[in-house]
Amino acid sequence: MAKIKKKIKTIRIEADKCNGCRGCEIICSAYHAEPKYSSVNPAKSRIHITTHRLKNIWLPVFAGEYTPAECMGRDTYIIDGKEYDECSFCRAACPSRDLFKDPDSGLPLRCDMCEGEERPLCVDWCLNDVLIYEEREEEVEEQVEMADVQAGVESLIDKFGLEKIVNTVARLAQKD
Amino acid sequence: MRYAETGYNLEIDLATGNIERVETDPKMMELHLGGLGTAVKLHWDRVPPETKPFDPGNLLIFSTGLFNGTPAYSANRTIVSFISPQTGLLAYPMMGGFFSSELKYAGYDKIIFRNKSPEWVYIWIHNNKVEIRDATHLVGKGAVETQDLIREELKDPRAEVAAIGLAGENRVFVASIEQSRSSASRGGGGAIMGDKKIKAVAVRGTGGVNLARGPEFMAHLKEVEAYINYRNTNPLPGVMTILSGIGSPQEMKHYDEKWHTESFVWGNARRRRKDFWTKDIEESWKKTQKEAIKRYISCYNCPQQCGALIGHKDTPGYMMKCFSKLTYGMAAYVDDLEFGFEIAQRAFEYGVDSFSTPQILAFAVELYEAGILTDKDFEGCPSDNAGRFFWLLDRMVRREGIGDVLAEGTYWAARKIGKGAEKYDHNTIKKHEQMNIKLGMLDPLYFLMYSTNEKISITQIEGNWPQAAFPNREDREAFVEDWPQIPDEKFKQYFLDWEPRGEKSNPYYPTPQMCAEIVDWMEMLHNIDDALCICAGMASFCLKPPYHIHNYPKLISTATGMDVDEAGLKKIVNRSRNLHRAYNNRLGMSRADEKPPEDHWRRRYPELEEELLTTYYTYKGWNYNGIPTKERLHELDLDYVAQDLEKRGLYQDGKDQKENQDNQD
Ligand code: SF4
Ligand code: SF4
Ligand code: SF4
Repeated sequence: MAKIKKKIKTIRIEADKCNGCRGCEIICSAYHAEPKYSSVNPAKSRIHITTHRLKNIWLPVFAGEYTPAECMGRDTYIIDGKEYDECSFCRAACPSRDLFKDPDSGLPLRCDMCEGEERPLCVDWCLNDVLIYEEREEEVEEQVEMADVQAGVESLIDKFGLEKIVNTVARLAQKD
Repeated sequence: MRYAETGYNLEIDLATGNIERVETDPKMMELHLGGLGTAVKLHWDRVPPETKPFDPGNLLIFSTGLFNGTPAYSANRTIVSFISPQTGLLAYPMMGGFFSSELKYAGYDKIIFRNKSPEWVYIWIHNNKVEIRDATHLVGKGAVETQDLIREELKDPRAEVAAIGLAGENRVFVASIEQSRSSASRGGGGAIMGDKKIKAVAVRGTGGVNLARGPEFMAHLKEVEAYINYRNTNPLPGVMTILSGIGSPQEMKHYDEKWHTESFVWGNARRRRKDFWTKDIEESWKKTQKEAIKRYISCYNCPQQCGALIGHKDTPGYMMKCFSKLTYGMAAYVDDLEFGFEIAQRAFEYGVDSFSTPQILAFAVELYEAGILTDKDFEGCPSDNAGRFFWLLDRMVRREGIGDVLAEGTYWAARKIGKGAEKYDHNTIKKHEQMNIKLGMLDPLYFLMYSTNEKISITQIEGNWPQAAFPNREDREAFVEDWPQIPDEKFKQYFLDWEPRGEKSNPYYPTPQMCAEIVDWMEMLHNIDDALCICAGMASFCLKPPYHIHNYPKLISTATGMDVDEAGLKKIVNRSRNLHRAYNNRLGMSRADEKPPEDHWRRRYPELEEELLTTYYTYKGWNYNGIPTKERLHELDLDYVAQDLEKRGLYQDGKDQKENQDNQD
């Protein structure tokens, strides 16, 4: 496959500065609402603040890829005297938790760096500079981006089997 | 579809265990907005004045406001309302933190509790699933501890929990409700919760809050954000540090406590220590505070960080807010800040109001020193100041020995103890401990704010108007130049002419008429905040705030879809304010109750004070007794209230109105 230059958008997280306001969750969910800004629901956000307040844990995590299966891990880590469970850092929408799944449809959510906007909105909304936007150019293999819809369909196939999904789609198509 | 509000209340009958999700009338939002406004209306409709605080019929309502759950910055208050065991009036302490947004996402604007549970319970609200669960295993647990225990039990780290500690369980009149980094503490909500045998309320929601015109709302909010950033980088000159920024003065970030420690009185609200703040103290306090603070934390969707996670030496972690770090130390005359961080942890676990409680304990110490309380009452009590306070706090919360009377607060304890103890109750208004700031000369604005507001609470309703005149004309000019928040241009002139000394100074300037107008402005803004559940620190409680009367209508209109302008908004909050007033009048409050403690200022002006009260009442459309007139109520579409007051004989054939008129002439 051909190599192309691609702008890579990333967000660096300085978790120690996070004050736990969850503002990033709000703006993310408002931006991704249909139509835009018609509602707010942090459960639909693609960033999530894991908190354990008395243990001094406030950890922003972005939604990553969808995984059809649970991982084998679940180890516990102690960092700076604070105890984290492995899932605290995990970005996956996985079967064992409802995180990064749309609460209505159960479909996985993934951070899309606020496609269409100049900068990720959560970065602008966080007035405490916890989320720092970074851009760099990289040579990457040209490949088709897996869109949200595709990830969603894949998760449905995992859940119900390919045949059921195909039949359902066919049935819906007939209705129109 | 409903916008900004969810349109549903949760009704829980604790006696029968009946739970209902009840759709509300959209008209209520038009008439009272939400939050405090609609809560007052519910109490008016459903709790007759014969109801006593611990009657099953006393409703306990947790209200979200119109803006909770929307992207509006700092919209995170939860208003808890009930008839207070301490004042006998309708109280509405509020807490920040995370509870109300979660409740909105679960699909409810309010939780309305009625009657009492036979056994200890906690409530678990998870979207449509609402359960009353057994809480017997949580009895005796701390209010902070309980929150985590419940989260573990529910296996839901995102559940927000409001809980009471031992004080609430024992119906201590100054018991608070604790939640995350905040508490609803004034007026004894914890006692009502305990009386109903609710140990905690846990909530988790994964639904959404809708905005009517989202993109427009966001555009207005962008302006608010720009102003927040501007104020955070440009503190106001010419005022003390804690007033120079926004937020609910960010006590945790400031080390300089000269102002609090020297302007507020120590002990039982008696004595100022004008040269307390030495270099040594400054250094040691700074060190203690720096070591204790593990992280600055904010409430839901707020860029400010008024609270902190505290990990002080061996004391278990907890979250500190406001200036509780000082209240116990000052009341106990302990000069070491470490004591403040230690006792606050215990007090938050017990769940007690950190303004009232230290005053009550100091009152007990004073009675002991005066020989009114005896060695028998203090048997087993350590003799050092710090030890005495821990000991008394334990007794009060457990209602053991002398603690049993102290549990009812200074006013009631003084009357129960007798033997002249009443003389030592000198810091309550309407039976409630007030801010222990005692100064030289009557301040007419504060006189009105202290005396007349239904908040009857520590912050009173101060905020947008500077606390004192600026000495230099140039500074005053600079201040008014950039003052878009004022509701009317005339206030600029009032401020320009206001001098620290001389003819145009306290107590005769601002004049009673001006005072009435200024106080009316303050309370208007507080009432808007309390309907929207915006933190007062970002609006009514601070100088030049991001939210004000000129941007609120735009935000409300775009959020709710109901078009409201400034006049319309003022009318709505006036309506709720007058309804609240009438409610308290119906509970027996009148002019005679509206006075600050006798020694609140050293120099008092009885005639001027009467004039202030009368002018203010007239301005508000109230009669001589401070009861809204029929005409005023009619203007506010509250004829049913006038009829009720009439029926109850609260108007004495128009005599009161006339007296007010005579007083004016
Ligand atoms: S907006 Fe920033 S400070 Fe607030 S929770 Fe998100 S990352 Fe933390
Ligand atoms: S970058 Fe955009 S999509 Fe990703 S978490 Fe932030 S707001 Fe959400
Ligand atoms: S200003 Fe402070 S108290 Fe107010 S909401 Fe923000 S963090 Fe909470």
